[in-house]
Amino acid sequence: MVYTLDITHEHCPMTLVRTKLKLSQMAKGDILEVLLSEGEALNSVPSAIKEQGFNVISVERVEGSTHKMMIEK
Amino acid sequence: MDNNIAQMLENQNVTNPKKLSIIAFSGDFDKLTATFTIATGAAAVGYEVNLFFTFWGLDAIKRKTGRAPLGGGFIAKIFGIMMGGLSNTPTSRFNFCGFGPWIFRKLMRKNNVATLEELVEAAKALGVNMYACEMAMHVLGLKKSDFINEVKEELGVASFLKISEGGRTIFI
Repeated sequence: MVYTLDITHEHCPMTLVRTKLKLSQMAKGDILEVLLSEGEALNSVPSAIKEQGFNVISVERVEGSTHKMMIEK
Repeated sequence: MDNNIAQMLENQNVTNPKKLSIIAFSGDFDKLTATFTIATGAAAVGYEVNLFFTFWGLDAIKRKTGRAPLGGGFIAKIFGIMMGGLSNTPTSRFNFCGFGPWIFRKLMRKNNVATLEELVEAAKALGVNMYACEMAMHVLGLKKSDFINEVKEELGVASFLKISEGGRTIFI
């Protein structure tokens, strides 16, 4: 199942908190598509999620400063 | 970083770098915001987080978030009303007779930054461990039932040291 989450308007620590809470509601193998902004969110969220053993499939620019990160639980 | 603080962190015998314990002493709105920001951020990146609320910090975990005559005895009840709960915590600066926190909450909402109440809810959802100081509870005549359900236990210093052992501990 594919879930989506937009944290482009969030700030520390809610960027990480919302991503973590969303992942905790998903089942193993589910995909989470996260929209996030450049700066602190892009610098910290993908690496923090990867460090916790989740599979960060890709992080790519969508438009302007917005990026899309795909995570497999 | 200040050398003394760096030295202090170095002196903590950290065997579990993914464990963070915070002694939440302050009941100030701004310091509690710092406490819960660090706690939720750390929990979200996979840390075990322990919050030990003592003295003024107990205001943050009271079930009644406004002013209420909690506590045993007349003086404790008056203190309970004066101290209040999460919704009337004062700011350490620019409190303006209680107007300061209202301004900060407004600014936080306007700028899409989580408010103190949202951070507390996030801490609950992330499973941050919360403990209340047994001694301070005794002084103020507070019972475990006066606190939110997420408060696991009332602890003394020795028990807190055991729980925080091996990780980092900070005092706010």
